[in-house]
Amino acid sequence: MAKAFFGGVHPNDMKAATNEKAIEQLAPPKQVVIPMSQHFGAPCTPIVKKGDHVKIGQKIGEFRGLGAPIHASVSGTVAAVEPRPYSMGGNIMSVIINNDFQDEVSEEVVKPEDPDALSVQELIEVVKNAGIVGMGGATFPTHVKISGGIGQVDTVIINGAECEPYITGDHRAMLERPEQIIGGCCYLAKMFGVNKVIIGVEMNKQNGIDSLNRTIAEMKAPVVVQPLHTRYPQGGEKQLCQAITGKQVPPGGLPSAIGCAVFNINSVCAIYKAVTTGMPVVRKVVTVSGSGVNEPKNIECPIGTPVGELFDACGGLKDGTWKLIAGGPMMGMAQYTAEISVTKGMGSLLAFAGDENKVSDNPTCIRCGRCVEACPMHLEPLYLYMFVQKKRVDELNEYHIMDCMECGACAYICPGRLHLTQSFKAGKQMVKDDAAKKKAAAEAAKAAEEKKGA
Amino acid sequence: MNGDYKALKLIASSNPHIRSNEDTRSLMLDVIIALCPAVAWSVYRFGFRALLAAAVSVASAVFWEWLYRKLLKKPQMFGDLSAAVTGLLLAMVCPVTLPYWMLVVGNFFAIVVVKQLYGGLGKNFMNPALAGRAALVACYASQMTTWIDPAAGWAPLSLKGVDVVTSATPLAMMKDNFAGLTEGYTVADMFLGNTGGSAGEVSALMLLIGGCYLIFRKVISWQIPVSYIGTVALLSLLFPNGNSAVSYMLYSIFGGGLMLGAFFMATDYVTSPVTKKGQLIFGVGCGLLTVFIRRFGSFPEGVCYSILLMNCTVWIIDRAVRPQRFGADKAKKEAAKK
Repeated sequence: MAKAFFGGVHPNDMKAATNEKAIEQLAPPKQVVIPMSQHFGAPCTPIVKKGDHVKIGQKIGEFRGLGAPIHASVSGTVAAVEPRPYSMGGNIMSVIINNDFQDEVSEEVVKPEDPDALSVQELIEVVKNAGIVGMGGATFPTHVKISGGIGQVDTVIINGAECEPYITGDHRAMLERPEQIIGGCCYLAKMFGVNKVIIGVEMNKQNGIDSLNRTIAEMKAPVVVQPLHTRYPQGGEKQLCQAITGKQVPPGGLPSAIGCAVFNINSVCAIYKAVTTGMPVVRKVVTVSGSGVNEPKNIECPIGTPVGELFDACGGLKDGTWKLIAGGPMMGMAQYTAEISVTKGMGSLLAFAGDENKVSDNPTCIRCGRCVEACPMHLEPLYLYMFVQKKRVDELNEYHIMDCMECGACAYICPGRLHLTQSFKAGKQMVKDDAAKKKAAAEAAKAAEEKKGA
Repeated sequence: MNGDYKALKLIASSNPHIRSNEDTRSLMLDVIIALCPAVAWSVYRFGFRALLAAAVSVASAVFWEWLYRKLLKKPQMFGDLSAAVTGLLLAMVCPVTLPYWMLVVGNFFAIVVVKQLYGGLGKNFMNPALAGRAALVACYASQMTTWIDPAAGWAPLSLKGVDVVTSATPLAMMKDNFAGLTEGYTVADMFLGNTGGSAGEVSALMLLIGGCYLIFRKVISWQIPVSYIGTVALLSLLFPNGNSAVSYMLYSIFGGGLMLGAFFMATDYVTSPVTKKGQLIFGVGCGLLTVFIRRFGSFPEGVCYSILLMNCTVWIIDRAVRPQRFGADKAKKEAAKK
């Protein structure tokens, strides 16, 4: 029985452009630009300098606090360490490496002698050193999720929903690398001490489901595949937990609050690779697609590959391309420059040259209620929109704007073409600013009180 | 283009980057399409005057909207077809014999007073077409209640409407002469629309076809029409005014403007609740009021006023019936455990 969550929308999945194309290896790029922020948390500090020789897998960025290390993805010489544009907007400190095409592997990459003999703590250490993050786009450090979840988590869920249109990297991985996925699941099962790992896959990937099931049977792995209805945002962490367990993550909480931990397919493959070969995250599968791309493909390339190289490998872009998106069309970031490079969280790279941009000169709410029906977080976007327009912070809180995860389902479905998601980003900022202001005022009042008392 | 991507002129905007094909215009167009069977039936029964009246009504509705927005220097929006839908609906809830100029006046009230003065599309709190009809009933009571009996002479090509033989509508007969009604019209007559009444409301069959089209196309949801018609059906079954409860019930739901009201008026997005649960409450409320007005009011028909009255309660229904916050139920239970 397929399962699903409440709400959601059914955009045309556009996956036919790439879902039958095997993952291609990109010809090694001449230069890579590796941003020092590829995870949720503070950016890494570069630990190499201009002129240094680096090898594949060598650590070049060290994290502090919440984060994950970053490694060189090619061997060669550090050409510069300087701020460069990156896919999350603005510039970020980046390590630029000129490839020497020797493909030398760093001595830091050590293959564990017997991967199956590693203890839970050793496994977590491997995951941590490999720089693995949530590679579906959220980029939360995986080792933190694992060590924080042990003891609380009884349901380990692998996110193979791949609900965003266009993206087919996970689907191809299910077909081409099922042993990595299932192998990674086994290590996760060991780390969490659970006897079953559930992989949720949308039913538009039936051959992917079959492929995983065959591998599970061959390996006799403690893994089950749960088919899910094809509906966006099925792969949202909270929606996936809801679909599979029937439980809802409490407001502001993490899946661990209901005993769940969710990992992306890519991250699971990365865990498998790190445990069996010692190789950290240095490569990424990217779906290059959209109406602006001449020949859409799934391409595996080193982290830090300038996106222009990917477009070149896909026959270039069409004239009149007016939008570049890092990530999916529903939640990805539109880019103002093509000077960005591939990061750990970039599952797809889209270029639009068609009429995807459906805007209205006079966005008007007709109260049709489609947004209410679509919202997977059970919000009422039309009212939130109204309160944002009027800057009514109290009402925004009363209508739980902070629950919004900016999935874009409401704005997608809105026949009045309201800029819903965009205004909620602004509204959330209003709420945060207001809370900060109130806090500052309270502290000032308290300080004044103390002064008086003294 | 290959190699150099610096020259790209890129638009950076918030997600989502794709939008559904459905927009306000396409939804309104679907409503117009869904009304076509009923319009065709009214032409068949009442003559070409019905079509002409519909055209005059649509044109005047669009004209008033254009003029108002022109005078106030607001962007023109008649392309969204919402004014055209209002005009068409108003023509359908008026007698075919109503003078054209009265339709123009009715549309003025519907479009300018009820819709635009409250801020235009999406801001009015009453259904403009029904409010226009209510205004016309208040101003021109006798013309608004002069019903021709189509059975008296069938003349589809006539521009004047069939020869005016005023007749009591089935609903008026239901009130004081239900036995006479069952003699005059069979249930099949009521269902097909072989009775007197407003231009677009007589044929339950044609309206059902249109309503099903709207539900099939997901333009409207089933909640309002089903709860509305269901409530009327249940109440008339329980408290029949006559010998046979079932036939009283059938005459009740096929007679008057119930089908038109339930599928096309009560489901108006702007003036109905946004949640599914709210829509059920709204539909039940419309049904209760319709039955009360029909049975105890001084008018034979209650659909128009019941919907207008329920329109006024939408804001409070929306406030009272809100979706369950994601995860909140669970949090409450756990807090209770602790």
